[in-house]
Amino acid sequence: MSKVTDKNNPPSTGGVSRQTFLRVAVGSAGVVYAAGLAYPVYRYVASPVEKAAKESAVTEVTLKDAQKLAPGSALMFKFGSKPSLLIHHDDGTWTALTAVCTHLGCTVRYQEDKKRIHCACHGGVYDPKTGANVSGPPPKPLKRYEVKVTDAAVIVSRSQDRA
Amino acid sequence: MKSLFSSFYAWADERLGLEELVQFAKQKTVPVHSQSFWYYWGGLSLFFFLIQFATGVLLLLYYRPGPDAYDSVRQITYDTNFGWLVRSVHSWAANLMIVAIFVHMFSVFFMKAYRKPREFGWWSGVALLGMAMVFGFSGYLLPMDDLAYFATKVGMEIFSVVPMIGPKLADLVRGGPDVSEYTVHRFFALHVVVLPAVFLPILGFHLWLVQRHGNAVPPSEEAKPEAQRRSESFFPNFMMKDFAMWLVAFNVLSVLAFMFPWDLGPQADPLKPAPLGIHPEWYFMSQFQVLKIFGDLFPGTLGEILGIVVFTAGLLLWFLIPLYDNTQEAGRRARRATYFGLFTLIALIVTTIWAYLVL
Repeated sequence: MSKVTDKNNPPSTGGVSRQTFLRVAVGSAGVVYAAGLAYPVYRYVASPVEKAAKESAVTEVTLKDAQKLAPGSALMFKFGSKPSLLIHHDDGTWTALTAVCTHLGCTVRYQEDKKRIHCACHGGVYDPKTGANVSGPPPKPLKRYEVKVTDAAVIVSRSQDRA
Repeated sequence: MKSLFSSFYAWADERLGLEELVQFAKQKTVPVHSQSFWYYWGGLSLFFFLIQFATGVLLLLYYRPGPDAYDSVRQITYDTNFGWLVRSVHSWAANLMIVAIFVHMFSVFFMKAYRKPREFGWWSGVALLGMAMVFGFSGYLLPMDDLAYFATKVGMEIFSVVPMIGPKLADLVRGGPDVSEYTVHRFFALHVVVLPAVFLPILGFHLWLVQRHGNAVPPSEEAKPEAQRRSESFFPNFMMKDFAMWLVAFNVLSVLAFMFPWDLGPQADPLKPAPLGIHPEWYFMSQFQVLKIFGDLFPGTLGEILGIVVFTAGLLLWFLIPLYDNTQEAGRRARRATYFGLFTLIALIVTTIWAYLVL
């Protein structure tokens, strides 16, 4: 900055100096520009994330004709964006749970012969009725959904206590 | 905090020689004279290129070449947050970059900045402009809407005038006798891999030459005695002005991209007739018109070949100008080169306007 004294801008008398004012003004404009640039870019990049979040906000999925599923077998379905598992037990009861292993997120499978839910990645095992983690590395049980069976479909919904 | 930084700087400097760069930047000066305004246009071209690089990477996140191309661009434009804006900025900056390069090139030409020792700067610059135009041509097809489809179809006809191998060459570039999903894939590979891989090193070379030789001054300035010439330091004075120009360019680009979002036409359909008034991008309009003029004067292939020959010859002369106008004296060659530049500029403008008038 040169030492030119300007009649309209006398040296500061306790107020804000011109240099400080300029610094703050330029700095604020820079922040506004950076934010104006960062916001659309962030939203653009995050677009699929937002879409998935919207999808997983569903509270109920209707699986047409799933009531025909033979006892002792299971099927995979999508609850929102999450892979999920519907099991028809031998005793006629039904269980629906997320199929995402609580250890590192692999998709688990229902082993019909061993009557257990197994994760092939690190050998985690869950109870097929409760979703409880029985053995292996999984730290938490699989989340269960509520199941309603009708003549035409199986309706899976987010259970009240877990929503 | 300060001492931590300075000790890290000393550590890095010992290994990387940062101080040399700092000294170079401190000593670098930029001439100040009545024509200094034109010094900003190379930097502006670079600015738009950086924008193209950034928005191009963003578009790559969602663009799918091949049969899905149109659908993916439709999704980017209508289903993705701010996708319309990213695409609009990419299209607008592409056009502004070509404008900036043209201004830069003609200012270099008229300031005679191509003379010794800056010949390689001129040659690499003309090559960069040529590549920027191929960037534009290949990128134009990628959305695969009807305008893109027919403009590419017409543009590819240029190959047909190459004697003997022309049609075969066109088939190879297109990946078939017609513009198709194979063409999109090829142009995509060209646009995002091949061209950047060639463009970036040449751009680096071009920028390195600018550092090596510094800014050229126009002959009028060169004629002045050393004491009367003025200059300013590059860092921070000129750099700040450079950034100020970038800011202006950024604002212009933002306004254009927001106010006039780039359109997406209906999907390309080879069975539909070409839309009325189909024409290439503005920076190909001059060639387009020259071909038309020669086609009218000499019907048939002869006109097409003549048109291409004239254009290629002009380009070659343009490219080789540093070898012709190669002395600092204001002699006959210098005058002729200036006339040639004026003729070229006027011919480009007139044929471009003409082309739009007769659409």
